[in-house]
Amino acid sequence: MMGSLILRTAARFLLPLLLLFSLFMLLRGHDEPGGGFIAGLIAAVAFALYLFAFDAARTRQLLGVDPRLLLGLGLLAATVSGLPSILLGEAFFTAIWWPIDVPGFGEVKLSTPLLFDIGVYLLVLGAIMTIVLALDEAEEE
Amino acid sequence: MLLAVLSGFILAACAPWLTRLLGDRAGWVLALLPAALFVYFLSWIPLTAGGAAEVVHYSWIPGLDINLSFLVDGLSLLFALLISGIGTFIIIYSGGYLHGHEYLPRFYGIMFAFMAAMLGVVLSNNIISLFVFWELTSITSYLLIGFNHEDKQARWCALQGLFVTVAGGLALLAGLIMLAGAGGSFELSELLNSGDVLRDYPLYTGMLILILFGTFTKSAQVPFHFWLPNAMAAPTPVSAYLHSATMVKAGIYLMARLNPGLGGTDQWLYTLGLFGAVTMFTGSFMALRSTDVKAMLAYSTIMALGTLTMLIGIGTEAAIIAALAFLLAHALYKAALFMLAGGLDHETGTKNILNMGGLRRLMPVSFITACVAALSLAGLPPLFGFIAKELMFEATLHAPAIATVTTVLAVISAIMIMAVAALFALRPYTGKLKETPKQPHEAPPSMLAGPVVLAALSLVFGVAGFLPVQGILHSAVAAVHGSPLEFKLYLWHGVNTPLLLSLLAVVTGLLVFAGWDRVLAVYRRLTFIDRFGPERGYERVMAALVWVAEWQTRVLQNGYMRNYLITILLTAVALAGGTFFIYTGNTVPFGTVDITFYEAVIAALIIAGAIVVSLMQSRLGAVATVGMVGFGVALIYVLFSAPDLAITQIMVETLTVILLVLVLYRLPRFLNLSSTAARIRDALVALLFGGMMTVLILAVLDVEVVAPISDQLVAWSYDEGHGRNIVNVILVDFRALDTLGEIFVVGLAAIGVYAMIRLRAEDKRS
Repeated sequence: MMGSLILRTAARFLLPLLLLFSLFMLLRGHDEPGGGFIAGLIAAVAFALYLFAFDAARTRQLLGVDPRLLLGLGLLAATVSGLPSILLGEAFFTAIWWPIDVPGFGEVKLSTPLLFDIGVYLLVLGAIMTIVLALDEAEEE
Repeated sequence: MLLAVLSGFILAACAPWLTRLLGDRAGWVLALLPAALFVYFLSWIPLTAGGAAEVVHYSWIPGLDINLSFLVDGLSLLFALLISGIGTFIIIYSGGYLHGHEYLPRFYGIMFAFMAAMLGVVLSNNIISLFVFWELTSITSYLLIGFNHEDKQARWCALQGLFVTVAGGLALLAGLIMLAGAGGSFELSELLNSGDVLRDYPLYTGMLILILFGTFTKSAQVPFHFWLPNAMAAPTPVSAYLHSATMVKAGIYLMARLNPGLGGTDQWLYTLGLFGAVTMFTGSFMALRSTDVKAMLAYSTIMALGTLTMLIGIGTEAAIIAALAFLLAHALYKAALFMLAGGLDHETGTKNILNMGGLRRLMPVSFITACVAALSLAGLPPLFGFIAKELMFEATLHAPAIATVTTVLAVISAIMIMAVAALFALRPYTGKLKETPKQPHEAPPSMLAGPVVLAALSLVFGVAGFLPVQGILHSAVAAVHGSPLEFKLYLWHGVNTPLLLSLLAVVTGLLVFAGWDRVLAVYRRLTFIDRFGPERGYERVMAALVWVAEWQTRVLQNGYMRNYLITILLTAVALAGGTFFIYTGNTVPFGTVDITFYEAVIAALIIAGAIVVSLMQSRLGAVATVGMVGFGVALIYVLFSAPDLAITQIMVETLTVILLVLVLYRLPRFLNLSSTAARIRDALVALLFGGMMTVLILAVLDVEVVAPISDQLVAWSYDEGHGRNIVNVILVDFRALDTLGEIFVVGLAAIGVYAMIRLRAEDKRS
């Protein structure tokens, strides 16, 4: 399935923008509308657009890794984010914050909820791409 | 103490690797752990003298009163010593028995996990952690019984053992929770001191039935005894360990442990006393019927378990002393006998006692050891088994209410067990040498160490009865009785009724032994045992379970999406709507709603979309119209300032369209298959559900039961969660554990979909 020239050109330009936007949504999610779930959906839509414009093989190539790996990494990151609190003697999933001052940028709030949110992001992206790619490839066969 | 219990689990994790590293010496080296534990537990003996108990406490889940607390007193120490002591020899023995076996590393792993679980059961003070260890023994023993997993029969037997013991385990859990509720504590050390409260508990009988269901299944009491002989499908070291000295003793342990708390009532006496006596009789009756050496021993184990249950039920001072002496005697001789049976099997290649004979020249050490251990089994002087049996007769003769029944059954059992002991010790070794599948020779040292030491201990304890008493039995009796008792154990009690009963049993038993071939012929005619035994009941129950499962799968999982939806929606209407109607009746408190112009327009759009989609004749059009409904909902979210929800809704709508487009190509041409009646039915269900939701939401607007939680969440969000987006703070911080569960569901769903798509694609190709 190859899309039209217009779609392909648009997809090429939109993909990096959408991905950037998804990262933006991910990182600002704690204060403004956004978050890992929404950002993951946006990233998945970006890749899905690319899939429609080109094909499954090229989308896989662009992703670089098997989406199932992203899925697993997401679950791993989310689970691991619960562990530091145990080491500090707190209950599982107690949020830990490490605010860092980056010169010329301002305060960056590193935290376990951020890692958790990244996990959610990777999982959503991985789960949707797993299904979408599998459907598309099954159709081609 | 924590390390002592958990070290088995740790070693279980490294055992497979260590076994490969150590090669042939693995058995001897790995046995160092149980040996070290044995020494460690020995060092506790002085602390428990005179019935003293120590509680060692480690927090686990303090919020739920679940702790890894350990109770060390005579009873738990006696069991811990048996588990670690016999465990040492079993590990050594396994190295010889399973020499060169492909799965030996795995075997050691499971074995150590089992040992640790067993130690956990007998040492736990917290009843919930006791239950956890209890179930761990069921699971590990399942793996051990089914160790020869390529053998269908072994798998079946393992599953049977698992089902029976785990069914009992569930009942036990309920019983233990009731126990905690009645006694107001999860700690055994406190529960056992509030025996009067427990016995006066209004639901005492129900609680007792639940707990005993757990212990009876675990300890193979009639009518649940059938799994134990089948468990002989396991390699012999497993049988020797699990089914003589440990696993099945877990139930006995728990009954003995709870005796000060629950014992002393009529229910206790009759249930334990009678079930125990019948089990004792059944075990010995079936043992005499067997020609397979392992089955013979398995049934005699059932006899011993019945005896122990009966004695705990009788609960007099004499009975408790007898129970603990019998327990020790049985563990010593039975482990030895099982290991010897394994030796016979290993060296001759057959388990059938009819095919063996004249082995005494070839296997002299085995022969002598077998004689000593069998003397203890038969209860003959000067072995420790004799003392135990005399005590048992003494206890049954003076039992309250059920003395006649128990004594008669005890004597009959003793006769048959005498014959079985003689058969086991003499039949394979005496007479003419018979042709066997393998050329027999003496078993290797690793397989003789255990039997020789354990049989020797039976002899030493018999001659010097004060040794075990001073050592451990005194404090163990104190723990079971609830207060210390003074007693001494001698071989010679003078001429009294127990001695005469023993004499009767020995003489008659030897007569039975002499005429065993004729006895067997009689047994062969009793085919009803196989046709109507409780094992048939188990098979019926399992078949019924499968039948019900198939039936309800056919009904519920019928493969029609619309049926699933109708079921779900109607259930919701019935439950939520019904409840709503019951509480409000006809006076529905409708809230007044101000509707703005925008809201009305969006609502109209959504409704229009819903109507159009149900009339649409093309799939692509339906997809687009469903999208209209979805985007309308997103707009409502925007109006009510829920931007996160709106964005999510829009993204999900977009992805739904993408997925539908991908699937659309794969669907057959659009067809209208449903009849008009079906469509009217569907419309009614939809209207009913929609109507209920509308009424419900209108009513909710007017009712405020408690203050909404959102104000508090807003306040916490920035101070505690360092974020202004409350939705996100809740998702990733306040309720992160819930979110974790949800993303696991998403992940699993994706894997499930992936698997289905790939499998179908592969099906097509092949």
